[in-house]
Amino acid sequence: MRRLVLIVFSVVFVYPFVIQIANAFKTDPDAAANPLSPIPHPATVAAFERVFLGTDMPLWLGNSLLVTVVVTLGRVLLDSMAGYALARLRFRGRRGLFAAVIAVMAVPGVVLFIPKFLVLNQLGMYNSYLALILPLIADATGVFVMKQFFESVPRSVEEAARIDGAGTFRVFWSVVLPMSRPALVTLTILSFQGSWNEFPHTLVAVQDPALFTLPRGLADLVSGSLGGGTQFPLKLAAALLATIPVAVIFVIFQRHFVRDLNEGAEKG
Amino acid sequence: MRSRTRENLAGWLFVAPVVVILGLFLLLPILMALWVSLTAWNGQGSPFTGGVPFVGVDNYARLFTEDGLARQDFMTSIRNNLYYVAAVVPLQTALALFLALVVNRRKAFFRTAFYFPSVTSSVAISVVFLFIFSNSGAINQLLAFAGVDGPQWFSDSRGVIQLLIGEPPAALTEHGMLGLTWWDWLAGPSVAMCAIITLVVWTTSGTFMLMFLAALQNIPKALDEAAMIDGATRRQRFWRVTLPQLKPTMFLVLTLGLIGSWQVFDQIYVMSQGNPAKTTLTPAYLSYRTAFRDFDYGAGTAISFVLFLIIVLLTLFQRWAMRERKA
Repeated sequence: MRRLVLIVFSVVFVYPFVIQIANAFKTDPDAAANPLSPIPHPATVAAFERVFLGTDMPLWLGNSLLVTVVVTLGRVLLDSMAGYALARLRFRGRRGLFAAVIAVMAVPGVVLFIPKFLVLNQLGMYNSYLALILPLIADATGVFVMKQFFESVPRSVEEAARIDGAGTFRVFWSVVLPMSRPALVTLTILSFQGSWNEFPHTLVAVQDPALFTLPRGLADLVSGSLGGGTQFPLKLAAALLATIPVAVIFVIFQRHFVRDLNEGAEKG
Repeated sequence: MRSRTRENLAGWLFVAPVVVILGLFLLLPILMALWVSLTAWNGQGSPFTGGVPFVGVDNYARLFTEDGLARQDFMTSIRNNLYYVAAVVPLQTALALFLALVVNRRKAFFRTAFYFPSVTSSVAISVVFLFIFSNSGAINQLLAFAGVDGPQWFSDSRGVIQLLIGEPPAALTEHGMLGLTWWDWLAGPSVAMCAIITLVVWTTSGTFMLMFLAALQNIPKALDEAAMIDGATRRQRFWRVTLPQLKPTMFLVLTLGLIGSWQVFDQIYVMSQGNPAKTTLTPAYLSYRTAFRDFDYGAGTAISFVLFLIIVLLTLFQRWAMRERKA
């Protein structure tokens, strides 16, 4: 009984991806007539050809890659520096700052659309790579995760390095960070996934098609920039390209996705 | 004393980048938006110059007290989102708990399969579901196998309660509240909204399943065994032993669900843009549309703040309710 339930639900959760992959390799009439069939008949890569030759896909991929890499590197460095300071350095205003980080984590992202646009506009950054990257380059959740991690690490090694006369940044960079690999990997993955999938921020940061990231370009395709029929195989092929990088990372680093969430559950 | 100063300096240097970024793109925006919500800025030039008309709380009044399109749209979006919350929160919580119970101590494959949708791009997955729910799509084909003529999911604006009981009694269509007739309030989520609800429950359950799983694994085995020795049936063990142990996690999942489901945006943007007949309009999407499509930034920002308030109040209420029950 439990086996059967598991199998049924596995189909419900996996089959939409089977449909996505299969139909990306179908012709338009085949996808319309047999959407459920997992086997394309005939199988064709025409949809992918059209995605790469007929849309701005290469550009979107490039933009997404650039934004994701810069945001991820930025978050890993800045969040762990702030997390380290909050966990270890006794500076004035530390408690207040940590309370502020907690408060900021609770601010719902959707209420910030227009406000973020206002600031980018006022600073003259609207419609630039800077607008896509800078507002995302630090996040409160990452700071929180890193602070929790640093608090769980014993102080003794750092103290030894300090006695040897190393400065604060030196201790952080060459002693603390190398010890923090598990937390850094988790933060890297979460940042990668978050910024690769990020969509609403691009809506309020840029409107120039040359600056579109993949989710933005994909949304644009769907809302009718394509013209002529539904062209689902093409859209599904584009969606597949947006899904693959995170899927690969998920499969390789699954443990880290899961572990971080469990920590989240425990703190609640 | 000197080392104290140095540590102060080092501390602030370490947190400075994060403080600047969060201040600049989180705190400052909220303050600027508060100002804009009190003006009639149309997006031209800067909202902080003398030429922008100051209208006080007019933008808020238009949402609540003045009869007009602004209030009608806003109340429609609230109505839609209420149905959405009422469906999504219980469904995803129940499904997540159910999945956690069946995969507990089972192969990791199932956990992975159920969790994977949560990590994928919301835009990409919306595209897939747009295809699945298209007129000749997978869902309608499945329904056809069962002999049911599937609806045109994204062009059918009828509410599900409307579909069940048919034409409304006149008493309900003649009177109303806050710019909508009683029937508008009561017709239920539209067929299109149901498709979006399905997608969201399908994507988010995996995340919450992991939270329940973590909690299940923390329950001491001895507790269950003791109940078994005392002769408790499986059902009794679930209701009397397992479920009470899961209470803190249940609180977390419900709260996160409640907060998250007032923020639905990506799926609406990609799948329906608020259509058909505004039945998938939500406050988050409406605020975006009002500002960036209608260039009414004052009203759009006002909607954001009302949404902000709703989320904060619901969170507080939830906490209070759970505390009452615990006592």
